Amino acid sequence: MSRTLFEKLWDAHIVHQVPGGPALLYVDLHLVHEVTSPQAFEGLRLAGRPVRRPDLTVATVDHNVPTDAQRFDIVDPVSRRQVDLLLENARAYGIELYDLASPQQGIVHVIGPELGLTQPGMTIVCGDSHTSTHGAFGALAFGIGTSDVEHVLATQTVIFPRPRTLEARFTGVPGHGVGAKDLILALIGRIGTAGATGHVIEYTGPAIRGLSMEGRMTICNMSIEAGARAGMIAPDETTFAYLMDRPHAPRGRAWTASVDRWSTLVTDPGASYDRVVEIDASTIVPMVSWGTSPGMVAPITGRVPDPAGASSPDEREAMLRALEYMGLTAGAPLAGLPIDRVFIGSCTNGRIDDLREAAHVVRGRTVAPGVRAMIVPGSMPVKLQAEREGLDQVFLEAGFEWRNAGCSMCLGMNPDILASGERCAATSNRNFEGRQGKGGRTHLMSPAMAAAAAVTGCLVDVRHLEASVRHAVVSPQPSAVSHCGTDPASRSTLFTSEG
Amino acid sequence: MTPFTTHTGIVAPLQRANVDTDQIIPKQFLKRVERTGFGVALFHDWRYQPDGTPNPAFVLNQPRTARASILLAGVNFGCGSSREHAPWALGEFGFRAIIAESFADIFFSNCCQNGILPVRLTAAEITELFRRAALGAAPFQLTVDLTSCEVIDEAGFRAGFTLDAYRRESLLQGLDEIGRTLLLHTEITAYERRRDALRSRIEA
Repeated sequence: MSRTLFEKLWDAHIVHQVPGGPALLYVDLHLVHEVTSPQAFEGLRLAGRPVRRPDLTVATVDHNVPTDAQRFDIVDPVSRRQVDLLLENARAYGIELYDLASPQQGIVHVIGPELGLTQPGMTIVCGDSHTSTHGAFGALAFGIGTSDVEHVLATQTVIFPRPRTLEARFTGVPGHGVGAKDLILALIGRIGTAGATGHVIEYTGPAIRGLSMEGRMTICNMSIEAGARAGMIAPDETTFAYLMDRPHAPRGRAWTASVDRWSTLVTDPGASYDRVVEIDASTIVPMVSWGTSPGMVAPITGRVPDPAGASSPDEREAMLRALEYMGLTAGAPLAGLPIDRVFIGSCTNGRIDDLREAAHVVRGRTVAPGVRAMIVPGSMPVKLQAEREGLDQVFLEAGFEWRNAGCSMCLGMNPDILASGERCAATSNRNFEGRQGKGGRTHLMSPAMAAAAAVTGCLVDVRHLEASVRHAVVSPQPSAVSHCGTDPASRSTLFTSEG
Repeated sequence: MTPFTTHTGIVAPLQRANVDTDQIIPKQFLKRVERTGFGVALFHDWRYQPDGTPNPAFVLNQPRTARASILLAGVNFGCGSSREHAPWALGEFGFRAIIAESFADIFFSNCCQNGILPVRLTAAEITELFRRAALGAAPFQLTVDLTSCEVIDEAGFRAGFTLDAYRRESLLQGLDEIGRTLLLHTEITAYERRRDALRSRIEA
């Protein structure tokens, strides 16, 4: 019988099926970080239970860690304790830990793939909603709560109600300056933040096949922002090329046998999904979020939407609240909105390809006066690779801060936070109220768009910037057009009008 | 886990769509390593003013709902981060049940594992409950009955809901899910043997 990719993985991992209820699924890889695990280990200890498969469990520290030069000195004693406790728990239960001293340390969803731990056909869980990232490799990967973390530690299984399937098919070829982040933001804008609740999304179509693994991870990462439990992309040559020779990837004959097996992990012809959404990628332009939910997005060529056009009273209320929180007026153009901060990093966009994309825009330009811009590599290996390619110099010469690996300003559990009222162009995944710091205003976008915002000081269509001459104009001239909507004199105008 | 059979309590109406877990419990409170100590920070940024005093406009600071144990919420409640600190904070504040048209998946599961019953009702039923909650000066009370799977008030409101049998049984009896799964030890071990055999074939 024809089966979808999801169905193949689901069927292969059922340990026990509760009649008419959830399944008990076997977990191939359990990733652990410091924030959602201490209570789980405490529960195990109180019940006198061992960790069933420490060999299938891997831990790292990411959420709490400072990303500046003082990364080993966590000043906040409560953060320090959480990090220390993970160290103690990993030692006590024999779990491999990538701690701050490890050259492989980084965000859990960056290092899993980087180390080759993440492989096609696996079930992967972690006490973190962005575990969906790993689905980019054709794995079934989903976030769980702390009670489930304890359940997996004790039993190596998770109780899971069978989700429905949704195919998100991206046809066409994305235009120049349009990347993975724009595709996923466009999808979330289309179906809403609860649009895929109860579903696993499989991303298909030529626009997905054309993406690098980094791009595919960006897409799967934000599945949760559409409400989905997981996102998946069938593995192909791009996947295998990424995995080959990674530290934990199979080698020699085992590699060949694995690739043969992984190659069967595709949705069969004739298999059907519960729902299908089709998007023509060639119609997508660079996206930015304007509100306080990842579904509140618009093309950079657009305007702040008017709550009067809302489809329901609830939506109207939410839009009004969002506009007030974001300090925006309905109808205002998005391009030209001045920003204070730029954050390039996170499990969504903190990989080497993301940094290359940002550096391509930044090269030969400088961060606009008054803007504080940070690059936070997703892992120490990403940082090292970027330095090998000289990307750090591009960023440093432009006036960016070049930081160490961690979750950083994506959620501000560490010292990297926005001040109240500050507006930030961010490559992360959530623009919730207060997410990056109480009162902080987040606009989600791609690394290229965030880089463009950094060098112009405002939200700007990166496609226009790309076409312009670098360092062409250093002060406003009659022929120059500032990309900032207000107080143009306060921002340097680095390029002439695209026209 | 505290069993949930039936509960009667005061309703706090929070009429906002897409309330995310960052709002339920902001990140600066996630650093604790215990399961307790989160109730005071529930809905922190809405509940308190910048100087730390209670915000009188927020529903949980109003005398009528200050002792609420049932939260009436908007669509897609609990979206975003998987943090179980959200149900811990809700439970510690005193909530035993949350009624909404829809919940985010991970949050729904997290509630069930902490003895908090998430109840899904239809949009029309939710609208009616918000209307009733806004009437009169006395606190609005509801009974949430998991034995009959019904939500009832004293003025004729009655609505049925569903919950999968496995979770319902766990909640009704306050079962330890890990203990329940460990009863399937033989099946887990058998699965592991098949898994190991496959791996050794690949590696051979």
